[in-house]
Amino acid sequence: MGELLSSVASYTFLQNAIIAGILASIVCGITGTFVVVKKITFISGGIAHAVLGGVGIALYFSMPPIIGAFVSAILSAIIIGLVKLKANQHEDTVISALWAMGMAVGVIFMYLTPGYSTDLLSYLFGNILMVSSTNLYILAGLNVFIIFIVIIFYRQFVAITYDEEQARLRGLPVNFLYILLLCIIALTIVVLIQIVGIILVIALLSLPAAIAGLYTRTLHAMMFFAIGLGMIFTLSGIAISFSANIPTGATIIIICGLVYLIAINLTRFIHKKNVSLKN
Amino acid sequence: MDNKLAESIISLKDVEFSYNGEPVLENITIEIDKNDFVAILGPNGAGKTTLIKLLLGFLKPGKGKISILGKTPVKARKFIGYVPQFSAFDKNYPIYVIDIVKLNTLTANSLFPAYKKEVTEMAFSLLEKLEIHNLAYRNFHELSGGQKQRALIARALINEPKILMLDEPTASVDVAMEKDIYDTLKMLNKSTTILLITHDVGFVSSYVNKICCLNRFASMHSVAELTGKSLFDIYSANSKFLQHHCNL
Repeated sequence: MGELLSSVASYTFLQNAIIAGILASIVCGITGTFVVVKKITFISGGIAHAVLGGVGIALYFSMPPIIGAFVSAILSAIIIGLVKLKANQHEDTVISALWAMGMAVGVIFMYLTPGYSTDLLSYLFGNILMVSSTNLYILAGLNVFIIFIVIIFYRQFVAITYDEEQARLRGLPVNFLYILLLCIIALTIVVLIQIVGIILVIALLSLPAAIAGLYTRTLHAMMFFAIGLGMIFTLSGIAISFSANIPTGATIIIICGLVYLIAINLTRFIHKKNVSLKN
Repeated sequence: MDNKLAESIISLKDVEFSYNGEPVLENITIEIDKNDFVAILGPNGAGKTTLIKLLLGFLKPGKGKISILGKTPVKARKFIGYVPQFSAFDKNYPIYVIDIVKLNTLTANSLFPAYKKEVTEMAFSLLEKLEIHNLAYRNFHELSGGQKQRALIARALINEPKILMLDEPTASVDVAMEKDIYDTLKMLNKSTTILLITHDVGFVSSYVNKICCLNRFASMHSVAELTGKSLFDIYSANSKFLQHHCNL
């Protein structure tokens, strides 16, 4: 532990990794809560995977990949949102198609770009130790923006995630709010991809909030709890992966998954015990 | 009461609706007056839910005209309190009962997380009126069926609607609670027009003043003209039988 702390003090990349982990935890707690209660992990997965297309195109044109990720995440959020709102059926199929096509575009452009392979892997599985100081500023900016939008539209987001039909009856701009929420999810995914990569992002987006949901009684409590859990998972993941010299993203996700499995089984056990005590 | 003053609150004229060419509702002509308490009665698949969706403006009729308070259904939405079936709600959504009621006061301009103090007070007094104020800070899913139904009625009432529409308010509720809910609705009926869907014939006839038999076609009866036996027949009847009773 002492060795780890002295490494943090002497290596900038570790400091950056820790700051990125904290920033990611904040947005994943806030946005992940909406993803979990609205049950849109599949849609979020579609957005996340379509991001690879934008990353590939950005790399091909020698632009910063995070710009490509940003543009493609927002675009796919809007397209998937419109499909979900307008298509009566087959929306799963359409989302799967966008999901796969985004990845295919990314793979082709990365293939055409010389020296693609390291970037492909770090975008698929994340590479928290490669987060640059410039990216940190972008992540911080995205954090502020996401928090700002969620505070402004908090009650409206609660309304459309709790009972969309009633929100429509009340004359709320449900379609606008839904697409706005998907855009917020898209921006969160851009932040999280830096840490755990496209393939693993859904776990970090949904698991801390899902665990928090087992123990909280209001939505904002769920958010704060999920932020705390996210921080514990990412920071302990960074520490373990650094000490054991294994990939950070995968370590974080394994911690998330294990805690989630323990938590749901514990809840079931307690519930069963209560039921048998009552009988 | 002077009957001439009774105004038509909901009026449907020759309304027709079909799903993929399959007619669900045909020739629906109904008038509902102010302070009516109407039960729409019919077997499963009779088009009850379709009719409510048409009245709420979620579906558009293929033919005919629907007018609510002289407006189109979408424009009349702000005067309608809608109580859906509580079984459709997500059991895992962490939200207090009082917050569900308050949520229904939102408009497109309601920004930032806080509610005005008056809204909280109004929500609490509605929960008081429905005798579930001690549950205000419980999670919705911790409530019993009857309590959930009351909470959703409180939510619908916070906008002081002129019309209350309820989708199977006594489904998944035990018999004692059923009477309670109808008593509550009877009390609300003094100031509100009430329209409810049900396939439960038992209680409903002693509370409502009109019954609309629905089985693709609709026929309106005032309760006085129907006996308990014929009600039972309508409920268990196929559409031919219904036509016979309703002279369609």
